[in-house]
Amino acid sequence: MSMLTRWQPFREMRREMRRFRREMGDFFGRRGLELPEWSGAVISYPPVNFSGDGDFVYAEAELPGLRLQDIEVTVADNQLTLKGKREPSLPAKAEWHRRERTFGSFERALTLPESVDPAKVEARLENGVLTIKMAKHEMAKSKRITVKAE
Amino acid sequence: MAETTAVSPKESSEVVASEPTRGGVYYSPRVDIYETDDEVGLLCDMPGVRPQDLDVRFENGELTLLGKVQPRRMSGESIDEEYGVGDFYRLFTIGTDVDNDKISAVCRDGVLSIHLPKSEKLKPKRITVKTD
Repeated sequence: MSMLTRWQPFREMRREMRRFRREMGDFFGRRGLELPEWSGAVISYPPVNFSGDGDFVYAEAELPGLRLQDIEVTVADNQLTLKGKREPSLPAKAEWHRRERTFGSFERALTLPESVDPAKVEARLENGVLTIKMAKHEMAKSKRITVKAE
Repeated sequence: MAETTAVSPKESSEVVASEPTRGGVYYSPRVDIYETDDEVGLLCDMPGVRPQDLDVRFENGELTLLGKVQPRRMSGESIDEEYGVGDFYRLFTIGTDVDNDKISAVCRDGVLSIHLPKSEKLKPKRITVKTD
């Protein structure tokens, strides 16, 4: 039996817009237009995956080389902001054959799929993967409606 | 200037290799490669990979990187995915003489750092010129 879900008419459109934006970002990123000094400022970094269940919204992002103290995670009612900076590590007297990794400052504000309670946010950064767990606002939680039989 | 040695990447699709037993997509990690007088070094972004999940091999001048990713503990149903999650794989041909015994690798915060020290005979040696 399926639970009643909120009618979200723009959800499909938002998803398509996000996909479009990501594909544009991928296109410009991989074609070498992503210069080290631009990184983060031009492309939407980091890419974020959202998931959710009845009570929580989860966000995950890949931020290799960073620790929790290197980033700022801010949550307002329906917005998540990730901000930080990745410093390059330069070995002394090295000659570079290949540079694919990106460095620099990044800041990204994302609209959350549901309203959350900013007081109930947990964040972990392990092995370069950031996981954020946000509790939905009471009103946003899906409630099961009991249907009585006449 | 020291003679530069070629480090050419061999994309996995060009290699006639046996199929991996694990199905699924392999992602190519972003890698920076540098060279100093003493070593060739690689820095690879492999988020989600712990040191114990790495399989790094060096054989016949080929460096194979395989990083298994922990299945993500993403609870609930996916709402929006901007990136995929999967194991990392990449193969490089290292065109320089490497001292196999001294290869070292460190993995921290999802970044793998590999040091391939050059063989003694390849290191540039400064020859002192004496005057008579």
